[in-house]
Amino acid sequence: MIERRPFVQKILKNRQSNLRVVSGLGTSTWDLMSGGDDKANFGFIGAMGQAIPFALGLAMAQPDLRILLFTGDGDTLMSLGSIATVANHPVTNLTIVVMDNESYVETGSQPTATAGKTNLEIVAKGSGISNSYTIKNEKDYDRLIKTIYEEKGPSLVVAKCQAKATPLVFPHSFDGSVSINRFMSTLKS
Amino acid sequence: MEGAIKDWRNDIYKVFKELDITMVSHVPDAGHTPLINLCEKDNEIDVVTLTTEQDGVGLSCGAFAGGRKSALLMQSSGVGNCINALALPNICRIPFLTLVSMRGEWGEFVPWQVPMGLGTPKVLEAMDVKVFRADYKEEVGSTVDAAARFAFNTNRSAAVLLSQKMIGAKQFKNG
Repeated sequence: MIERRPFVQKILKNRQSNLRVVSGLGTSTWDLMSGGDDKANFGFIGAMGQAIPFALGLAMAQPDLRILLFTGDGDTLMSLGSIATVANHPVTNLTIVVMDNESYVETGSQPTATAGKTNLEIVAKGSGISNSYTIKNEKDYDRLIKTIYEEKGPSLVVAKCQAKATPLVFPHSFDGSVSINRFMSTLKS
Repeated sequence: MEGAIKDWRNDIYKVFKELDITMVSHVPDAGHTPLINLCEKDNEIDVVTLTTEQDGVGLSCGAFAGGRKSALLMQSSGVGNCINALALPNICRIPFLTLVSMRGEWGEFVPWQVPMGLGTPKVLEAMDVKVFRADYKEEVGSTVDAAARFAFNTNRSAAVLLSQKMIGAKQFKNG
């Protein structure tokens, strides 16, 4: 099992300038913010299920950048159909990393479907994202970095991680218009 | 498509071109089909077929963040699927434009279409979406133009309801 926060922080610490990072609501956003304030990040704090379609739209609009989405299994399960949409509108620059802790940690660690019979790697493959794999160990860091920066996407990586509540780390602002405008200031339109 | 030149969908397409709307997402509807076909023939427009309408809200917001304008095409039944997703353009003050073909309001055959048809304007307004409406072919172009400018100039959400009276109610036949 991966300890999610240091794993995310390591990816952010070594980030390249062509990377833009989006996170789904809840723990993924606190993880992203724990790496330090950076205008090149945009974190959801609501609109559950919308992080994957948002990242797809962004990747389509910014083909010269690499787009990385960190999101949870709960957020992903809410919009499984969006995985099919991503697969059928292939964007080569998008990596979705599902931080799969098999539970809704924010609300008291109720089990998600991935704690049961659901396997998101197989869902992704069956939806048509051929570059999909599961990592369970920090040793897979190098493989993931290659996927994020070099491999032809779209890719979906399931990172099995510990279901442990971590301290909340808030973004620069909870006002979405502030967050999105700061993020957009790092993009050429 | 009959009378391609005079079809009111051409007027919508013209607005897309004028305002540089280059991404169109949809869950298909017969009322939108001629417009979808026009967009698919255009190399400058990306057409994204969704599995649920709400994903068009997120897609549209991500595209705008990346510098591209888009529109979501859906039937009134899809509006209900979008409610919580509409928080995203609202709280981020991202312009959002949707064109809704209405069912359940004018000569409808299918009773199942009526609840969401009746609920559509109320649901949109409840989520702070400015609702425009076109009842006649002649006003479609100017209404879509006004709604799009409202959205993109004021960073708000706007919807155009395309009336069933104008689109025509499909009468189903058993067998």
